[in-house]
Amino acid sequence: MPKIEVKNLSKSFGDNQVLKDIDLSIEEGEVICVIGPSGSGKSTMLRCLNQLEDATGGTIIIDGNEITDPDGDIDLYRRNIGMVFQQFNLFPHMTVRENITLAPVTLKIMNQDEANKVADELLERVGLSEKADAVPAELSGGQQQRVAIARALAMHPDVMLFDEPTSALDPEMVGEVLNVMKQLAEEGMTMVVVTHEMGFAREVADRVIFIDGGYIVEEGTPEEVFKNPQNERTQNFLNMVL
Amino acid sequence: MNIFELFAQSFPRLMSGLGVTLSTTLISLAIAAVLGLLFGLMLVSPNKVFRGIAHVYVDLIRGTPIIVQAFFIYFGIPNATGMRLTAITAGVITLCLNAGAYSAEIVRGGIQSVPKGQMEAARSLGLSYGAAMRKVILPQAVRIMVPSLVNQCIITLKDSSILSVIGLTELTQTGRLIIANNFESFKMWIIVAIMYFIPIMILTKLSQWVERKLKIAKN
Repeated sequence: MPKIEVKNLSKSFGDNQVLKDIDLSIEEGEVICVIGPSGSGKSTMLRCLNQLEDATGGTIIIDGNEITDPDGDIDLYRRNIGMVFQQFNLFPHMTVRENITLAPVTLKIMNQDEANKVADELLERVGLSEKADAVPAELSGGQQQRVAIARALAMHPDVMLFDEPTSALDPEMVGEVLNVMKQLAEEGMTMVVVTHEMGFAREVADRVIFIDGGYIVEEGTPEEVFKNPQNERTQNFLNMVL
Repeated sequence: MNIFELFAQSFPRLMSGLGVTLSTTLISLAIAAVLGLLFGLMLVSPNKVFRGIAHVYVDLIRGTPIIVQAFFIYFGIPNATGMRLTAITAGVITLCLNAGAYSAEIVRGGIQSVPKGQMEAARSLGLSYGAAMRKVILPQAVRIMVPSLVNQCIITLKDSSILSVIGLTELTQTGRLIIANNFESFKMWIIVAIMYFIPIMILTKLSQWVERKLKIAKN
């Protein structure tokens, strides 16, 4: 059974249909990079995967749970789906450690001591051990985004969603975030990454998806999509960004 | 009689009036805090019915003068129901409904000034709407709300003087009653004004101190 199964997904904002008939199947441990022009619907598709945007039509099944079921417990499903945002969205009134431990402690998955230990381990993993007691405002963008990754990982999710995680960063900080993501991919995390970082997509992705106008226009290995794109729109897009 | 002698002479009555003013205001503000939070949360609720109810409440209060509200509650409701209210009860109901509506707007504004990404990040971790509100949104919103809420306290304290029209012997009404005896209008209103001014200045200074504290805590 695939880890993520998307069938006939559509999404409209009023009369504006931004996603049309998206079908997608993702295996456990796969890293999918989603590329496409801005306004193509790629971020909306990602946000549908944990229902930050509720789908207008179609079904999404993650780990056997139907995320799109209106009677399902979406809060429970979301525990298993980590998300990293373009703007980091760290909680500014909490320290780094509190950011990471908030969800597991509030949801009574761990007590504060256990969560603190997990936070320390995760901070070591993302190379920020010394920042546990700092508040987000004291960190650089790259550091904040690494904390955001650690925060998502504290819930031990099976799937991680990344919504343009490096787009708000100064160029010199992109690498440190991509390295953490790369390491995560190597450890076998199932990842869906909306990104403009073609180098990362080429190197880390198992599969690249090109979205334009609300449709999946092209899909394949990085080799196939970058070296030999079949669709004219993909070719035009790649000509502009590469 | 100079102003100090006048003050000394009317001191017990003035203090009793000030007591009524302060206690009416304090009780009203305590209830208004609950109303403000409740209706403020309803104003931002994803639920249309809650939003609708809260909007009706806020619009009705904001759309009518407080003096009309006081008359309606003190004279109007007993006229229709036969249930008599004391002036202080009617006064507290008027003030708390009024302050509650304005506080609800302040709470709504505070919540909406927290970036949308904060709620999304909290929800994406599996927190419920309520838990995200409690742990992530409200703590940030409160910092933004404090100056406006203190301002609302000051307005409510001053608005309590309107309750003199329903015969509540608070500070303003006390002043009128004393003047009716001694005709010292000029000096008495100066005294009454000062007695409002002092607690309001204390409140203002307190809010500036709290604001500074919050700013330090943020940095």
